[in-house]
Amino acid sequence: MYEFDYLKVSSINEAVSKFKELDDPRYLAGGHTLLPTMKQRLASPSHLVDISNIPDIIGISTNNNEVSIGSATTHHAVATSETINNLIPALAALANEIGDPQVRIRGTIGGSLANNDPAADYPAAALALKATIVTSEREISCDDFFVDLFETALNEGELITSVKFTVPQKASYVKFPNPASRYAIVGVMYAEFEEGARIAVTGAAPCVFRAHEMEEALKRGEELPEIIAEGLNSDIHAGAEYRAHLVKVMTKRAIENAK
Amino acid sequence: MSSTSVSMTVNGQKVSKTVPARTLLVTFLREHLGLTGTHIGCDTSQCGACNVHVDDKCVKSCTMLAAQADGTSIKTIEGVAKDGELHPMQLAFKQNHALQCGFCTPGMVMTAIDFAKNHQNPDEQEIRNHLEGNFCRCTGYHNIVKAISDGTKAMHNK
Ligand SMILES: Cc1cc2nc3c(=O)[nH]c(=O)nc-3n(C[C@H](O)[C@H](O)[C@H](O)COP(=O)(O)OP(=O)(O)OC[C@H]3O[C@@H](n4cnc5c(N)ncnc54)[C@H](O)[C@@H]3O)c2cc1C
Ligand code: FES
Ligand code: FES
Repeated sequence: MYEFDYLKVSSINEAVSKFKELDDPRYLAGGHTLLPTMKQRLASPSHLVDISNIPDIIGISTNNNEVSIGSATTHHAVATSETINNLIPALAALANEIGDPQVRIRGTIGGSLANNDPAADYPAAALALKATIVTSEREISCDDFFVDLFETALNEGELITSVKFTVPQKASYVKFPNPASRYAIVGVMYAEFEEGARIAVTGAAPCVFRAHEMEEALKRGEELPEIIAEGLNSDIHAGAEYRAHLVKVMTKRAIENAK
Repeated sequence: MSSTSVSMTVNGQKVSKTVPARTLLVTFLREHLGLTGTHIGCDTSQCGACNVHVDDKCVKSCTMLAAQADGTSIKTIEGVAKDGELHPMQLAFKQNHALQCGFCTPGMVMTAIDFAKNHQNPDEQEIRNHLEGNFCRCTGYHNIVKAISDGTKAMHNK
């Protein structure tokens, strides 16, 4: 790791204002993406601004038909939350499948969304569950948040403070994990709402996406269409055609399992 | 050099030191405190050889800064035996021949003790699921799973 300075902040305002004063800072939450990246010298921030102790961005609450999760809430806290297990069991199950127990005890939802890894699990949940990403500046709809490979709509220094999920009628997340890393080779989040189903796919393409053709087919009561392999990821773990096949199979399973 | 002062309790003893900000918790334990029982098996946060307990939670000490552990209470493999007597989980590893080279063992034992806290009578699949983040390159895991099953029972029946 290259050298850097470390500072802890205790409020959202302090985090944002410190970030602005510094040369090339990065926020540090659970550190389970950023620290490995820095160890490999793929990132070399001048300062780490540790946001993991800001009380205002930790915790889970509900309001009408929404569940709000503070950005520094760990995967473990989501997986074991009674509220989430009652209202959106698919979301608790998704969090419980991220990495391994030690990753879940440190890693946070805000870090996962800000990072937008093409194979991460939470982006699929956010997109299928009509999430709103609340930041230090504004509220961003999930439909606008995920821009491209490791790229989001966040501005420099903009801090995610919470994520609001819409409680669906039914939902399910099914992932085909890479057996070594546990990241999704393909993961599908399926969620039903009054106006229809939303299907979000992670792992298959450079960025999480909604499978609009499948959503439309379901609306019309038709069979799920074949998925086109063009543009999908192809690597040592799985070729594009195989991923296309997996998208359909995982979607079928997600529809069957939805509750 | 950018440095930071950290204070924590390690295996019941208070320690305070000024270290470079980039010091990982595992480096702090091994190089600054000489507690080399905690191992480093990878640089991708996957193997669990470095697992320790921070405020009673099992974490990968290679993926946490010493600065992030400021103010916490840490337990490492050196702190689990009491008065020269092996911890029941260590004993179960010994009795089940759950180690060969022993490199993964400190991390395995720390994970296993953490697991046993929340499980009374676990089945094999629960144990295997909980070992997702601990790699062993020797044993084939089978005896480790048996040891954790026995060790868990021993911890609850003492
Ligand atoms: C062995 C291993 C296996 C894993 N397996 C999986 C898996 O199966 N599925 C999966 O989805 N993930 C997996 N992960 C990733 C894990 O979930 C990370 O915890 C997560 O991606 C990042 O969260 P973090 O809190 O650790 O973020 P950090 O590493 O602290 O930060 C990540 C990035 O987000 C930024 N950031 C953090 N918080 C905020 C915020 N509130 N606002 C704005 N920017 C912010 C940081 O500046 C940084 O750029 C795995 C990680 C490891 C080490
Ligand atoms: S050394 Fe920490 S996970 Fe491998
Ligand atoms: S005993 Fe050798 S790595 Fe596990």
